[in-house]
Amino acid sequence: MKFLTTNFLKCSVGACDNSNDNFPLRYEGSKCQIVQDETVEFNPQFLLNILDRVDWNAIVTVARELGNQSLPVTKPQFTHQNGDANTASNLTEDELAVLQDLHVLLLQTSIAEGQMSCRNCNHIYHIKNGIPNLLLPPHLA
Amino acid sequence: MKKYLLFMVHAHLNFRKAEIESLADLFNIESIDYSKYSDQSPFLIADLKNDEEASTWIKRSILTKAIYEYWGEGETMEDLHKSIKEQPYTEKYIKDYELDSFKFEFETYKGNSKNNNVDRVKQIESFRYLDFKGKIRMKDAKQIYTVIEKYQPVSENIGGDKPVYHYFGRLVQRSNRSAMEKYDLKKRPYKGTTSFEAELSLVSANIAQVKPGTIMYDPFAGTGSFLVAGGHFGALVIGSDIDGRMIRGKGAQASINSNFKKYGESEKFLDVITMDFTHNALRSDLMIDTILCDPPYGIRESIKVLGAKNPEKFEGKEDVEIDGEKAYLKRDYIPTKKPYSLDALLDDLLQYSTERLPIGGRLAFWMPTANDENIETIVPMHSNLELKYNCVQDFNKWSRRLLVYINRGDGYNGSTNAGKQRTSNFRDRYFKNFN
Repeated sequence: MKFLTTNFLKCSVGACDNSNDNFPLRYEGSKCQIVQDETVEFNPQFLLNILDRVDWNAIVTVARELGNQSLPVTKPQFTHQNGDANTASNLTEDELAVLQDLHVLLLQTSIAEGQMSCRNCNHIYHIKNGIPNLLLPPHLA
Repeated sequence: MKKYLLFMVHAHLNFRKAEIESLADLFNIESIDYSKYSDQSPFLIADLKNDEEASTWIKRSILTKAIYEYWGEGETMEDLHKSIKEQPYTEKYIKDYELDSFKFEFETYKGNSKNNNVDRVKQIESFRYLDFKGKIRMKDAKQIYTVIEKYQPVSENIGGDKPVYHYFGRLVQRSNRSAMEKYDLKKRPYKGTTSFEAELSLVSANIAQVKPGTIMYDPFAGTGSFLVAGGHFGALVIGSDIDGRMIRGKGAQASINSNFKKYGESEKFLDVITMDFTHNALRSDLMIDTILCDPPYGIRESIKVLGAKNPEKFEGKEDVEIDGEKAYLKRDYIPTKKPYSLDALLDDLLQYSTERLPIGGRLAFWMPTANDENIETIVPMHSNLELKYNCVQDFNKWSRRLLVYINRGDGYNGSTNAGKQRTSNFRDRYFKNFN
């Protein structure tokens, strides 16, 4: 399960939708086996577009839980972003480096084995062979 | 405006217009007159701003072959030459390209492939009056001039020997039809019996208007056929399936992830999640640009969602512990599932789409119907969704259709038939009546 996916997953329990604590799920660093896949290709333009969809606070929270304290509190801004012209062609070298770091974190880093839990109901979800399992027992379904 | 000739594939006729229309709409091309379109003909003449617009329109199309700058047409070669000479822009065109390297190509429609009566060299020489001064290059020619011959076929399977109509144009853009080869299931490392063929999955993604740098979701991902199609057109694709066995694959060399690696599109594939679509875990404020899927029809196994069929049997089970740990929280716990109807599942899919898609965003999914039924097929409707296309693919005893909806928002006030029984049990019919 790629790191970016942690930014998209909430608790599946319907009742938790009324809580503000059902996203992001909680990750315990000691219970998660992190792997890097350097073969995932770096596509700056694509990543820039996807960054628009990212909830940055949740990225920072989950990164901390998994042992990465180095992220800035606010989402990195890329100066070229004027209006909706989201083009990667005129990025500065520094910006490209930041984007490269984000690529490593969001798309190359994944959780191979581990678990995550809801901050509201504490239900535990397992990640097995890199695939998160969001299914629920009948009393929570 | 300039005149262009679109040469389409003469197959999947129920999908062909939907594809070119959807691509034109995606790129805000509004000048095309579709009243000239006919399912009977593979040709369409369209007015477009310039070559760039023509190229944008057709470069990701699957059901067309190519688009040409239009130079002329006629029944015989003599008529064709006359037509070319009469066009007001011919002189300008010749001037624009006369110094470029070039070659001639021939395309045929309904011709007999074994026909070698025609002297191509002689035909090329008949264009001498164009007086091109550039070098003739068989490889990497800058301009490719194409004669398209239309034949009158002898019968449905036997092509004709004598062309009955000719078009002439300069190639502007070939379509994306070569992608069918790249994504051919025969060459795909991980696939299953339910994998969807390359051609129509790519066409589906075009009609659904999957866009680069956006998010596409397939809630019934299976072996990931539609994820592959969405990734090809540049979206970040997310899949889920209630059946973890399919999405897991067969080891690192044969999985959905390894398919994306083989195609060189690993960054487009986010993840597949074991999840019941009706107990959805994608955060509610995540905008999903496109939803594209092939829902379970309940043929191989019945449709199921989370929950107990007999709740009384599971009463108190949440308190069961194994080794001091709640049984339902253990890594290898397998939750029970209960039967669900296709109608209810599709109602849920339509509702979910209205909540997650942007206004103007598209939901596209496949739905099967039995051909032996005398009952009209009832397509699910939602008051916020416009049913844009209903494209049928016919098989012998059953058919399936691609339904494409556009999210129009709360003010749309379309018709609805949620909660009503629409489909007779397709699974029962499939097994009882189809053989």
